[in-house]
Amino acid sequence: MARADFRETPRTRAARHRQGGARWILALAVAAMVLPMLSIVGFLLWKAAPVLSPDFLLRAPVDGMKAGGIWPAFLGTLYLVVFSLALAGPLGVLAAIYLHEYAKESRLTKLIDLAVLNLAGVPSIVHALFGLGAFVAFAGMGRSILAASLTLAVMTLPVIIASTKEALGAVPRSFREACWNVGASRWATIRAVVLPNSISGILTGFILQVSRTAGETAPIMFTGAVFYKSLPEGDLFAYGLLDQCMALSMHLFTISTQVPGVSDGVSYATAVVLLGSVLAVNAASIALRVYLRTRKRW
Amino acid sequence: MVTTKAGDSVVAVSGLTVHYGGKAVLDNVSFAVKPQEIFAIIGPAQSGKTTLLRVLNRTEDLAATPQIKGSVEVLGQNVFAIGDRTQLRRRVGMVAPLPVGLPMSIYNNVAFAPRCAGHDNKAELDELVERCLRQAALWDEVKDRLRELGTKLSGGQQQRLAIARALSHEPEILCLDEFSIAIDPVTTARIEDALLELQQQMSIVLVTNLTAQARRLSQRTMFLWSGRVVECGPTEQVFGETPEKAETYAYVRGEFG
Repeated sequence: MARADFRETPRTRAARHRQGGARWILALAVAAMVLPMLSIVGFLLWKAAPVLSPDFLLRAPVDGMKAGGIWPAFLGTLYLVVFSLALAGPLGVLAAIYLHEYAKESRLTKLIDLAVLNLAGVPSIVHALFGLGAFVAFAGMGRSILAASLTLAVMTLPVIIASTKEALGAVPRSFREACWNVGASRWATIRAVVLPNSISGILTGFILQVSRTAGETAPIMFTGAVFYKSLPEGDLFAYGLLDQCMALSMHLFTISTQVPGVSDGVSYATAVVLLGSVLAVNAASIALRVYLRTRKRW
Repeated sequence: MVTTKAGDSVVAVSGLTVHYGGKAVLDNVSFAVKPQEIFAIIGPAQSGKTTLLRVLNRTEDLAATPQIKGSVEVLGQNVFAIGDRTQLRRRVGMVAPLPVGLPMSIYNNVAFAPRCAGHDNKAELDELVERCLRQAALWDEVKDRLRELGTKLSGGQQQRLAIARALSHEPEILCLDEFSIAIDPVTTARIEDALLELQQQMSIVLVTNLTAQARRLSQRTMFLWSGRVVECGPTEQVFGETPEKAETYAYVRGEFG
């Protein structure tokens, strides 16, 4: 085979075209994802623009929810997200640390892993029914922020366990063994090496659950969320733990399907607030992750 | 704390058998390591060398559940009866085959173990860090950048850092598991010199598949093959013209393995 010069042969030309084709297909796949997302956001903003204002966020709905703001729903979602993650976050992280760092592999741990993965895949409506039975009825909490938060916590717990385990697994085992070999206890090893180097991954899994918790409607529908609740405007502590509450996702469902004569702008603006709050939390988490990754040490 | 009398073995292994499921990794292994000697363990891959070291400091049963029979005494104590294994590991230094710099500063890599043991006097730590890094032949290269990350050092430097770390808890026995497989010959030679120095203060168990390295450094050599001891004796004899077994003769000359 002559290889004297760099001239193109039919074979190299075909390879060049294949490489170009692959690049185009991959770029198209990205476009297929980005374009719908941009058009959704753009469309929502355009429809919501006439209604969006600080007042929309901070006022209660009026006129049978056909007009006015979304304050009680916004505050309700905030409560549900904060309480459920305050419950599921620490518990899930601690459980994952035990499962990944302490428990020896056995039939029992395999069963637990399987259970966790399966629980993470259970449809939210099933969690809703469990919450209704366990918290609302059996534990006697009634329909309340507490019962709804617990239901959401049960729903997010397995996902947080799974994502935390994944983050812990990304820390090379050789680091742990090096620590054990110098006489460091498991806990000293976790403190000094494992946690500092997995914290950004743990937080990522944790914060992904914020959007899920804020967006889910089914689990709170039976356990604590209501169509309408009048609430003093601007008071951050207006809800009690055993109160029922409004929530953005539920509110959106209600005004879009159950209340006749709601102006388009109100529904779209509600969607924008829901989307915007989730994006804001995600953006904050990305910033935090970037910061933590600059401190990653290998 | 049990102190060993001169002449006693610092490691005494007898009839050690380690099974995983039905598979024997070590089969009826017996040997003893004397104070201030370099004891080499040679053998091809999969012969159980690493498992043997990991039984000595009880890290083998951390993540898995092997069936272990036989007796293993380290510094006069039955290792299977030791409740607090961190105490055992502080007295047995361990260096892994692949260099591992912990993701913390060079200083903290060395100061980590003493801190875990409850020493936090700054001046004492400074002195200890310098001494260990000198013993590992690394001090001159890193003395001006002790705050930099241990993970950013080159492979050979990380391996010497690992040795400094293993010395930081002042072990009486130092185990090295094929320490030179990932580093260059010059660094290997420097570490070998350092080991000959360290031999004045401690016993060294040197696992290696470089037979020449065992020959250069050790007083006694054990040839392990498929989990069984083929031969264990003075290094001159194992590498000489008249070892006890024909396999030994062939193996140390690179004729099989």
